[in-house]
Amino acid sequence: MEKKLLSVKDLRTNFRTADGELSAVRGISFDLDKGETLCIVGESGCGKSITSLSLMGLLPSNGYISKESSINLNGTDLSKLPKERLRSIRGRDISMIFQEPMTALNPVLTIGYQLREPLMLHQHLLKQKAHAKGIELLTQVGIPYPEKRMKQYPHELSGGMRQRVMIAIALSCRPQLLIADEPTTALDVTIQAQILDLMDDLKNQLGMGVIMVTHDMGVVAEIADRVMVMYAGEKVEEGDVESIFTNPQHPYTRGLLNSVPDIDDPSFELEAIPGSLPNLNEEISGCRFHPRCPFATDRCKADSPKEYELHSAHRVKCWLQEEVEIHADDRETIPS
Amino acid sequence: MQTIEKPSLLKLEGVKKYFPIKGGLLQRVQGNVKAVENVSLEVFEGESVGVVGESGCGKSTLGRTILGLEEITDGKVYFQSQDTQALSSKERKAIKKDMQMIFQDPYASLNPRQKIGNALEEAFVIHTNLSKEDRKQRVVELLQEVGLKEEHYDRYPHEFSGGQRQRIGIARAIALNPSLIICDEAVSALDVSVQAQVLKLMKGLKDKYQLTYLFISHDLGVVRYFCDRVLVMYLGNTVELASSEKLYENPLHPYTKALLSSIPRPKMGGKGERIRLKGEIPNPANPPSGCPFHTRCPIATDLCKQSKPEWKEAEANHFVACHYVGKELN
Repeated sequence: MEKKLLSVKDLRTNFRTADGELSAVRGISFDLDKGETLCIVGESGCGKSITSLSLMGLLPSNGYISKESSINLNGTDLSKLPKERLRSIRGRDISMIFQEPMTALNPVLTIGYQLREPLMLHQHLLKQKAHAKGIELLTQVGIPYPEKRMKQYPHELSGGMRQRVMIAIALSCRPQLLIADEPTTALDVTIQAQILDLMDDLKNQLGMGVIMVTHDMGVVAEIADRVMVMYAGEKVEEGDVESIFTNPQHPYTRGLLNSVPDIDDPSFELEAIPGSLPNLNEEISGCRFHPRCPFATDRCKADSPKEYELHSAHRVKCWLQEEVEIHADDRETIPS
Repeated sequence: MQTIEKPSLLKLEGVKKYFPIKGGLLQRVQGNVKAVENVSLEVFEGESVGVVGESGCGKSTLGRTILGLEEITDGKVYFQSQDTQALSSKERKAIKKDMQMIFQDPYASLNPRQKIGNALEEAFVIHTNLSKEDRKQRVVELLQEVGLKEEHYDRYPHEFSGGQRQRIGIARAIALNPSLIICDEAVSALDVSVQAQVLKLMKGLKDKYQLTYLFISHDLGVVRYFCDRVLVMYLGNTVELASSEKLYENPLHPYTKALLSSIPRPKMGGKGERIRLKGEIPNPANPPSGCPFHTRCPIATDLCKQSKPEWKEAEANHFVACHYVGKELN
């Protein structure tokens, strides 16, 4: 059986706006295996949500994926498919969980209706069968009294319950790829822990690939197999979760890890990244992080860094790696 | 902690805040949402006290009640040893100068059609007799104090990023040299890299102006970094109060324990033993009998269902409300 599920090559997503062309995603590539969880991390405006919407084919009408990009799911290039074909894949092979379940669920339709819909559309089940399957799904995501819930409306459920319903809908057709865009950001921590556990269980049961978009490094450490760090529309570092947390290479990744207070260590000193995130339309020469980078050199200002490979599972886009390559045995020489 | 010997700045005694639920044909009061239920707390000069809890636990309402933005249902709020409810409106105005608030969303608390300079100047117009030039001078100083520039004086709120707007919110709060600042989720809406900058700024200002903070947040990591003491709330009730060190190293209440173990740690191998809470936070309009936490508590017994645990000092300066503190359970 082929292990690779998704292969994204040189994804570029642009928007036509009144102020001209806006590049939200600037050429990122990554792969995802079956049963693997990839976390995309970055701060607001770094293009992580637009990346996930591009994969789903759900970009707003003024957004488009440029021609040289390809999104390969099991051998089909999603970026080139006509809308109709994409619609039959979406919900069946790929599905998505959004941050705010109240805005993603339709407030005037019952939970039952919204659960039955994908089953009747994609699996051509009859209403009664779909209803029974819906109850089964609600039980699977840990919702008590599923028969009663099928008749209720989204506003009658709490935030955690709504997110469980979203997960049930997303998983109804047993997708191969699940994209979760900040699924727990709007939830309280005790509920977040429940939802993360649930997603992990279901991933193992169904063997699907998961792409999780988040800004919370804690969530990443908890569930990711691999991590991709994005900054201002570009991928700056990618690696297995162990490597990213124990040996982060890019100054931005380090900054991100050092700007979250350590709950177990009172003497932890915060190191803020100076400056603020650039606007999408800001043209920055060279490395897009250089105005905020403490190690920036003239070269960073002039040329965009190439991608360096630390080992097969860890790649980083930063000129500092050049120095590292010279002292390949002595990685500690990078200023920290 | 040494802070205990310092003079008391703010004292709450059995503070309650209920919101009536009206309904029916005649809009009669049918019940109450018990947002804050019997909170007693003393805040000493120069310390930072964190108030943590999940959404709906009453932490924001508590902050608003202290400031007088919400009318208090029962109990007393003493500020600098004065009963805030017994004051005349003139005295109240004087006290308001000393208590300020930083809100979560600074954009919502700034007038979009007012220049930043004018928004900041307002405090001086109301509370001081400074001349126009002096006021402008003070505003420019304030802007520089929070890391903004003089040229920002003539800009409008929409021209600033989220982090900069929060700096404006801070500038406005410190304008009149207050002694107490209440921060309601002041850094929650910011990106982590910007959040760290704002936290450092607030910590620096605290040392410089001997500020006292009441820091309301749901982020226990930020609270540990920022606060000397922490109050944990659940469903309007105080659950545990201790110095940060004690609370994080040795939590006594099962809710605090569960809360701390639920937080995902941003590092490898940090996953210790987990306590997973079942179920959801009950509705504050219809709170459970006895201990408010018994419906989700892993060690709840019949006693917890029937009687509400007392707020007691289990260890020196470590308060907790649980029947089973210090008792071994099997």
